[in-house]
Amino acid sequence: MTQSITTVDLTGDPRRRRKERRVRAIFLAAGLASIAISALIIVALSGEAWRFISQVDPAALFTVGWFPRRGLYDIPTLIIATVLIAGIGMLVAVPLGLGAAAYLSEYASPRARRRLKPTLEILAGIPSVVLGFWALTFISPEIVQRVFTSAKPFTMMAAGLGVGVLITPLIATVSEDAMRAVPTSLREASYGLGASRSTTVRSVVFPASLSGVVASLILALSRAMGETMIVFMAAGAVGGALRTFNPLEPGQTMTAAVASLATGSDQVAGEGLAFQSLFFVGLLLFLITLSLNSISNRLVRRYRNRY
Amino acid sequence: MSDRSPNDAVSGESALFDGAARAPEVDAARVTGGSPDNTHDVIISLEDVDVYYGDFHAVDSVSVPIREKEITAFIGPSGCGKSTVLRTINRMNDLIPTARVEGSVTYHGVDLYGGNVDPVQVRRHIGMVFQKPNPFPKSIYDNISFGPKIAKYDGNMDDLVEESLNRAALWDEVKDKLDDSAYALSGGQQQRLCIARAIATSPDVLLMDEPASALDPIATLRIEELMYELKQDYTIIIVTHNMQQAARVSDRTAFFNIDIQNGQRAGRLVEFSETATLFTTPSEKTTEDYITGRFG
Repeated sequence: MTQSITTVDLTGDPRRRRKERRVRAIFLAAGLASIAISALIIVALSGEAWRFISQVDPAALFTVGWFPRRGLYDIPTLIIATVLIAGIGMLVAVPLGLGAAAYLSEYASPRARRRLKPTLEILAGIPSVVLGFWALTFISPEIVQRVFTSAKPFTMMAAGLGVGVLITPLIATVSEDAMRAVPTSLREASYGLGASRSTTVRSVVFPASLSGVVASLILALSRAMGETMIVFMAAGAVGGALRTFNPLEPGQTMTAAVASLATGSDQVAGEGLAFQSLFFVGLLLFLITLSLNSISNRLVRRYRNRY
Repeated sequence: MSDRSPNDAVSGESALFDGAARAPEVDAARVTGGSPDNTHDVIISLEDVDVYYGDFHAVDSVSVPIREKEITAFIGPSGCGKSTVLRTINRMNDLIPTARVEGSVTYHGVDLYGGNVDPVQVRRHIGMVFQKPNPFPKSIYDNISFGPKIAKYDGNMDDLVEESLNRAALWDEVKDKLDDSAYALSGGQQQRLCIARAIATSPDVLLMDEPASALDPIATLRIEELMYELKQDYTIIIVTHNMQQAARVSDRTAFFNIDIQNGQRAGRLVEFSETATLFTTPSEKTTEDYITGRFG
């Protein structure tokens, strides 16, 4: 004989359903909070940035250098320094990072990998203020000034090399993950056709992991452009910088400009538009890194699951 | 062309095997492979081959002669070492850091594990097709031209691609979309692409590691027909779980089993003979138990 089921049996506990709704609301709030904070930051940046750009004399945006307290807001100075330092950093980090990734993923024995990977992660965990100090006390005198005897103690070169050290583990770990995600069956196909290990890395593993590798490079570039402490400490030019393309000169990046003025914000608050200029530079940097990140997201999405 | 296709030989040869009075997993009438004529020379010879993975003794003292332009099938239950033995022949086991091969594997009389032998060169002579179709995430054309390119092939690549696809019975299906991604093909087409890719480097031996196990029955039959045709020019060794497949396509069959001695398990060769003999009058009791479906 079968038991008959009534609606009551299937109704369940109303308290449990209320609890589900409560939990859902809490998670929703957490999700919304991050969106709200982002929005607040953009609003705060945009308001002051707009005040700056609407009140500043356009001629002051293109002068000999970035000296906000004297009313010289040469934006190209900051952009050149930012791109120069990030560029030097990438020149160091791309070959080192990709080389390390290829070694760890394709060549290293499991034992070597077990030792090297955590070392790389330690490098990734070094606070940038420590790297900044190291750039100033080691890279600058022991490398930059030895190779280029005319170089000053504070140079964009030293800062760029420091940034390179900072982003190398980022490129290495993210690219290594991308390379390891390439199925073994593709490597076997390549070896089975008489390909050597280096051919397999170059012609099969690397192309198949390209989207992840490119994403790691863009992420690293975005990190390099947003890095503050190393450039603040090692590139010199606190308070202002002349426009220059020479990496052996001191320079001021967008981040360092904001940091150096904001650390004494009471001093610049009253002086013309210097305080507002920080918001403008901040917004500019935000837009640059935002677009880099969204390009990287799009690349990853487009090429995901190609194999 | 082959004088025998896997499909049409059933009635003609069934009389031969009527004597088998078991209720076998593989109907004797379906054993269409195997009464080779012994005119072909031995091209690969495995003698007392042992394979270890670290401390694990995977394969114990296997000896099999492989004859030119025949299809040799390796059958046996999972874990019996048949794929491992297959992979000693093109030194694919080298890719596993802990793997160690003892004994002798010779190819045209050359010791494949000799000091001067480069596994990369070995694999250009002994091609491989894998269990799961594994085309590169590249175009159909680039998949085929990959091997010849790394071997610095200096002939006409377009012709070679067409010829390889033709031999793999895929040309007509893909000739208008050579630049499309290989991933746009069906599983069976992908596997034939992988066969075409292996042929393009002009090996003389093809190792096939369960090439049809991921395919549906129709695609499987096409692969089997293809093997029949390829036998004219290539020596083929196929690992398969599918006994019917071994019975249909192969000339000779090696039956491997897991053997437990003194608490140690290892894969061993139980019996090696002409396919017709192995499936109808096996000399070992284990072989009979396996092919009649009593285990495995």
